Amino acid sequence: MEPILTINNLTKKFGYLTAVKDLSFTINKGNVYGILGPNGSGKSTTLGVVLNVVNKTSGDFHWFDGNTTTHDALKKVGAIIERPNFYPYMSGYQNLKLVCKIKGVDYSKIEEKLEVVGLLDRKDSKFKTYSLGMKQRLAIASALLNEPEILILDEPTNGLDPQGIHQIREIIKQIAAKGTTILLASHLLDEVEKVCSHVVVLRKGVKLYSGRVDEMISSHGFFELKCNKQDELRTFLENNPAFGKIKIQDDLITAFLNEPLKSEDFNKQLFDKGIVLTHLVQRKESLEEQFLQLTDKN
Amino acid sequence: MLRLLNLELQKLLLNRTSKILIFISFILPFFVILLSSLKINVFGFFTLELGELGIFNFPVIWHLTTFFASQFKFFFAIVVVSMIGNEYSNKTIKQNLIDGLSKKEFILSKFYTIVFFSLVSTVLIGLISLCIGLYYSSYNEFGIIMQETNFLLAYFIKLVGFFSLCLFFGMLIKRSAFALAFLFILYILEWIAFGLMSWKMDSDIAEKIQNVFPLKSMYKLIDQPFQRIAMSKFPDKADLAYDYAVHWYEIAIVLGWTTLFVFLSYRLLKKRDL
Repeated sequence: MEPILTINNLTKKFGYLTAVKDLSFTINKGNVYGILGPNGSGKSTTLGVVLNVVNKTSGDFHWFDGNTTTHDALKKVGAIIERPNFYPYMSGYQNLKLVCKIKGVDYSKIEEKLEVVGLLDRKDSKFKTYSLGMKQRLAIASALLNEPEILILDEPTNGLDPQGIHQIREIIKQIAAKGTTILLASHLLDEVEKVCSHVVVLRKGVKLYSGRVDEMISSHGFFELKCNKQDELRTFLENNPAFGKIKIQDDLITAFLNEPLKSEDFNKQLFDKGIVLTHLVQRKESLEEQFLQLTDKN
Repeated sequence: MLRLLNLELQKLLLNRTSKILIFISFILPFFVILLSSLKINVFGFFTLELGELGIFNFPVIWHLTTFFASQFKFFFAIVVVSMIGNEYSNKTIKQNLIDGLSKKEFILSKFYTIVFFSLVSTVLIGLISLCIGLYYSSYNEFGIIMQETNFLLAYFIKLVGFFSLCLFFGMLIKRSAFALAFLFILYILEWIAFGLMSWKMDSDIAEKIQNVFPLKSMYKLIDQPFQRIAMSKFPDKADLAYDYAVHWYEIAIVLGWTTLFVFLSYRLLKKRDL
């Protein structure tokens, strides 16, 4: 696999505070990566370092095969950090024109990318008249101008209303479908879960996990059960070695598995015992639950 | 280089405030000089015509116009300071760097703009002086016209130096209003330093040292022309005589400061986490 970004033992200190500690990971072409972590875990700092706006304390990173300077590499990268930053007195079109001049891209791309994010009809309005959602979409259009090999998004849906969040996610999915590598930093887990295939989990600047989303923790999932004879079901579960922890909330029983068990087999077992279920759902932990488990353990 | 200049010009010329300030700093001195050269009839009582005084003669006119025009540099200084301040307050400096502009290119684009506008201003002043001079001057020989055109060079160097200082203050303080206040503080500090030095030692030496200070060295490039005009009216008064010429070492000092300010701005940006 072709590496796009390699980070080795990166450390960044702000005075006494260590924002990023000994961080290493590699981003390969074609995947959608998520950087997950609570606020202040060093996500934005890491992105700042690789984007050349924050100076590293130690360690190193290189873009692509390591033979391009960061300055040249950034022309093949599209990135949005935190808030969309543009000149308020210029129109959307003029702002993008400026970005074209910086990146050395032809102006013809502007209309095309404005079309992608659905801002073509407002291109001549001043940036300061845009809503937050429009600003964020303009930022995405600007990041796409140079047909980047990798798109870096730092909290792209922060502060948006549900409609805006939905629009941004749809755009991200469209871009990912075209095969562009995406690196998405977020503390919104369902967001990462919905779009990412790989994830890097950070906490207090330390890497807790990096790898595929579905392999984040080894677990066999759990059942959510409802039945009219709750006490009998509970006794059955407690005496069955296949089940570990059991949680009861009103009439809903959540039973965590210690070993793989298919729902049809389980249902049959219960039926043979004379317990009839009114509700049976087999699930794996959501990323949120996995993430909390991971961050609590350490 | 053209790309960087082009970049900065777009940022400036699309901003209404800076457009107005640029217009004022270039057109206002132009008009003031033009108007002063006209024959003005003051309510029919008497006619004021500055041209009659001989101040528009070559080569004095070069000295006079560049001195007056340089008083208007403050308007463009506001533009320089705010073009840095705005980048910080809009956070566009960060976005520019992320988009692929290097820190060096960022500073260079500002510096090229400074040089560009200084050059435009110098050419404008040069042209208007030449026209007025040709109209009023009693001497029209080519040799005399070309005399003391080094005031134009001094004017150019002075503008570049002063705006580089503004650039540095803008980068240092990040906020336009405070940066301008710092400019004023520096001016006061230079005079306090001069006061202290002339109190402790010989005032001649103190003045020589003061002439090396950033603001004073820029001012010294073009000395005030009034004494010179007075001198030409009363040639017998020897105590009016003073050294008003543009010296190479004065230019060297200002160029030194310019290099230092631009370099320091770059260092500052390089060290800073945005």
